[in-house]
Amino acid sequence: MVSANNELAYNTKIEGDIVVTRADAVINWLRSSSVWPMPMGLACCAIELMGVAAARFDIARFGAEVFRFSPRQADCMIVAGTVTYKMAPHVRRIYDQMAEPKWVIAMGACASSGGMYRSYATLQGVDQIVPVDVYISGCPPRPEALLDALMKLQSKIKKEPSSSALLTSA
Amino acid sequence: MTAPADVTAAFQAKFPQATSRPSGDHPAFNLPVAEVHAALKYLRDEAAHDFLVDVTAIDNGVDASPRFTVIWHVYSTTRHGYVRLAADCASDENPVAPTVSDLWPTANWHERETYDLLGVKFENHPDLRRILMWEGYPYHPLRKDFPLAGIQTPLPDIEVAELTKASVKPAPMAGGPFVASSGEMNLTDAEPRAKDESWTERHEKPAPTSE
Repeated sequence: MVSANNELAYNTKIEGDIVVTRADAVINWLRSSSVWPMPMGLACCAIELMGVAAARFDIARFGAEVFRFSPRQADCMIVAGTVTYKMAPHVRRIYDQMAEPKWVIAMGACASSGGMYRSYATLQGVDQIVPVDVYISGCPPRPEALLDALMKLQSKIKKEPSSSALLTSA
Repeated sequence: MTAPADVTAAFQAKFPQATSRPSGDHPAFNLPVAEVHAALKYLRDEAAHDFLVDVTAIDNGVDASPRFTVIWHVYSTTRHGYVRLAADCASDENPVAPTVSDLWPTANWHERETYDLLGVKFENHPDLRRILMWEGYPYHPLRKDFPLAGIQTPLPDIEVAELTKASVKPAPMAGGPFVASSGEMNLTDAEPRAKDESWTERHEKPAPTSE
């Protein structure tokens, strides 16, 4: 009697301990699923950032709950707040201390464009000193907006040519 | 609450050069800058005004003389009254006032802020450095001749400035400063916005036709 093949999943007993896929897909899956944020909390947006990390919005659902206050251990700098000209060089230095690969989210109007601070003291957009991957509008943005930005960043990471970048880098 | 009448009367008896200053709230006096230290010491030790609330200054305008007026607010924690002192600085170019950081340690940072933003130097201050703007910033931003948008200067950090090619640039005003409308019940209307949205950097502000 012939039994129906009900092996719907991958069976190591039959096929061995092998998965065939692309290196980019694996690397990007790993990277995008554990983006460790570096909270650059400079103003009120940082309060929303804390809200995102807490239970109600729970950034852990996206694998980004490991906030690291050392740039050496972080992947994604979330610039949350007003960047003054006095602070700007420090933001750049902390960005430089992060290990590759690294990403930047400009959270809120101030980090994106200077926001309502059209004044002598405020950097008019953090993209003047660090490369920004995702901008979030709002003053401050809702926590959902930051989660949306994180999902946008994840889909951006998933399109990166990671393996060729790894092979060509010295 | 204001200072009791006996405090102001005794103060004027002690410092006859002090003249009454127009004030909407608390007793206020103009007095020569040389007497300020002695007057504040008197208010602290003999009139029980033991709390220095604020030290700040006024820029009366680029062409005004005296241009800079330094203001002190003191409060009595036992008698619950404020007194305000004001003194014009002798020089319009290099305004100088005496420090009161020896009387109240809190004056240290107040005076640093006043020096930073208005350029009033406080004599005998233990550590008169900038406190808000960075060390080496060439201007005093709250002076009347300093534009709100700022003036182009290098970033505080030379290495980062070379790396990023960024500098301190005048902010795009695009219709004037962004201000929130307080008291606006509709939160969309209360959002900070330019007061005059008829012009931007691309469409210049029309020159006034009359005058």
